[in-house]
Amino acid sequence: MGSAAIQHGQATQEWQPSKGTIGMTCLILAESAIFTIFVVAYLFYIGRDTSGPTPKQVLEIPWFYSVCLLSSSLFIVLAEHAIEHGKMVAFRIWWLVTMTLGAIFLYGTAAEWRKLIVEDHLTISTNLFGTTYYALVGLHASHVIAGLLMMTVTAVFSLTGALKPAHARRVKTLALYWHFVDAVWIVVFTVVYWIGR
Amino acid sequence: MAETTIPIPSGAVTSERGTYLETIHSWIVTVDHKKLGIMYIVYALLFLVVAGVEALLMRIQLSAPNLHFLSPQTFNRMFTMHGTTMVFLVGMMILFGFGNYLIPLMIGARDMAFPRLNAFSFWLSAFAGLLLYFSFIGGSGLPGTGTAPDVGWFAYAPLTERAFSPGHTIDYWTVAILANGIGSIGTSINIIATVFCMRCKGMTLMRLPLLAWIYATMSFLTLLAISPLTAAQAMLMMDRYLGAHFFDTQAGGSAILWAHFFWIFGHPEVYVLVLPAFGFANEIIPVFSRKAIFGYPAMVSASVGIAFISLSVWAHHMFTIGMTSYGNAFFTLSTMLVSVPTGIKIFNWLATLWGGRIRFQTPMLFAIGFLFQFLIAGLTGIMLSVSAWDWQLHNTYFVVAHFHYVLVGAIIFMIFSALYYWYPKMTGRMLDERMGKWHFWLMVIGFHMTFDLMHIPGLLGMPRWIYTYGADRGWGTLNMLVSIGGFVQGIAILIFVFNMVWSYFKGPHAGPDPWDAWTLEWSTASPPPSYNFSAEPVVASRRPLWDLKHPEDPDSAFD
Repeated sequence: MGSAAIQHGQATQEWQPSKGTIGMTCLILAESAIFTIFVVAYLFYIGRDTSGPTPKQVLEIPWFYSVCLLSSSLFIVLAEHAIEHGKMVAFRIWWLVTMTLGAIFLYGTAAEWRKLIVEDHLTISTNLFGTTYYALVGLHASHVIAGLLMMTVTAVFSLTGALKPAHARRVKTLALYWHFVDAVWIVVFTVVYWIGR
Repeated sequence: MAETTIPIPSGAVTSERGTYLETIHSWIVTVDHKKLGIMYIVYALLFLVVAGVEALLMRIQLSAPNLHFLSPQTFNRMFTMHGTTMVFLVGMMILFGFGNYLIPLMIGARDMAFPRLNAFSFWLSAFAGLLLYFSFIGGSGLPGTGTAPDVGWFAYAPLTERAFSPGHTIDYWTVAILANGIGSIGTSINIIATVFCMRCKGMTLMRLPLLAWIYATMSFLTLLAISPLTAAQAMLMMDRYLGAHFFDTQAGGSAILWAHFFWIFGHPEVYVLVLPAFGFANEIIPVFSRKAIFGYPAMVSASVGIAFISLSVWAHHMFTIGMTSYGNAFFTLSTMLVSVPTGIKIFNWLATLWGGRIRFQTPMLFAIGFLFQFLIAGLTGIMLSVSAWDWQLHNTYFVVAHFHYVLVGAIIFMIFSALYYWYPKMTGRMLDERMGKWHFWLMVIGFHMTFDLMHIPGLLGMPRWIYTYGADRGWGTLNMLVSIGGFVQGIAILIFVFNMVWSYFKGPHAGPDPWDAWTLEWSTASPPPSYNFSAEPVVASRRPLWDLKHPEDPDSAFD
């Protein structure tokens, strides 16, 4: 049976949201739940260490790197806008700016960790602060890395000319993920560098 | 069976049967939701038998006092693997299998939203199950404790920490379930995207089959429930291999944190398992009562309400862990609250039956068993929700009886019902009714023998997870009867397995609509062609096939 007999009215196609947006939103929901558990563990263990470095002693607020990451959200919006309007050159520029800012953020995290490990002797096994800090910040950093990998693939397609304005929706789906990564950083930043210190 | 003069094509699509290798290859590389659904279901049924054997081994060990059929270490492995297998490799897999198979057909779609993600999720989850069972060969625990994980399906810390569980038994549990969970998240994303983005013309959300609503709700709950488990397992692996201290009580970590994280997963998980059973009931009970479901909007709201409330009740598994009285009171009240929407659903099912012309074929028999048994299970659940009562009965066989009443009496019964109902659609053959009735009645007798009686040793104080007990306890006779009931259920299931295999080759041909039902999957051939519908269906009500078969009295006149 193909078309069931319509008794009443026109059966026009209902507006339905795009699969990519819904799918990515669901993924973001699940990932948010994972991050929530790590945040809860972090908050639960604040102040419970009896030995080892404390946040106040060793953490410096990463203003510059946070600004880099959060502003990358702005630049990715510019990239989305560019591809929606068919401006592929502008898209490439804004996309690469976004990636560079993300990479700078990762460098900042790496530099911070190097200092904590080598100079402050804080590792994941030192104490509860070390455990929860590296787990939470590391989980976030791994999501940044995953995002950058996907963005690199997109950049390669763009530079080889395979990426077309028709693919704008897919790019927006990836951009949604990137916005999520930035939003998580706001929460992690607040919990680790403000509440926890 | 269905008398209709409207020509519904019975899919006379001839296909060249390839070689065996080509057939196997087509199943391995498929992204077709129907094939993946069937693979999920077959996989789950195989593990149902495996976990059932594990249960029967335990029941033999417990059937009389001071037996030495299983060593204590083996017994620990049995209850761990039985629980883990049944929840993840049977329950989740078979329910996702049905969802995969039915949802696109019910909403008039060609396939799921993300077919390749679908295939990836299945193979990842399937591999994870094999990894879990590889632990029997490859795991290595303390000398004498053997190989497979032996820490209970909830794997409480700090028993699972390196200090107390050296070797790799825990690692198999953790990594296998983590991978299985990622597969579940993938399928849940797929289901939600499919239900909200791929409905055929005319299918507003209020015309969605209730099964699709329930699966969307259950998938949403899965996303929020599996993720805490994933997080906790990642933390456990960090503890075991990177020297972290999340649950390491010797270094200031908290064992209670694991309990909270696990049950934040564990409680919504059981609602993930039971919601699809409700979904099956929503489809099967109306068809066999010859009446549309009573109170469709209330059913939708109740299902969504159950999902939300279930996120707030987790610590009723932890009443004896030492929360404050405020904590205990809160979780008592939230647990009682979940019975309200659940009760609404039960009343609506009863109202559907009331005044209907009930057909007592095998799917309906199992559905009626479900209704009765789920009610009792819910009542013992409410008893347990009272924290003071729970203090007496936590970790006794009363709890075991309660949750098996839901898992077997409600969920497995509805799974059987769904298998009898949709087997004709999936294979083109009817399952044998006589064997079906034998299956049903033996299940009822065995189930009640086991799980009704099991409440009593629990009330008398028999704890969980003990591998034997003294003769002076007075639990011996009851345990023997419980064990016998287990074997009766085993026989019932063997009959069912035989029925499924025999009917595949010898069963009567089903045709597209053997039950005279009303949703879109019954408008395709049995089994459906790979593309599902030759033209996109257009619907005007909740029961498009009713409209087709009764043009003088269509649902769409009232929609």
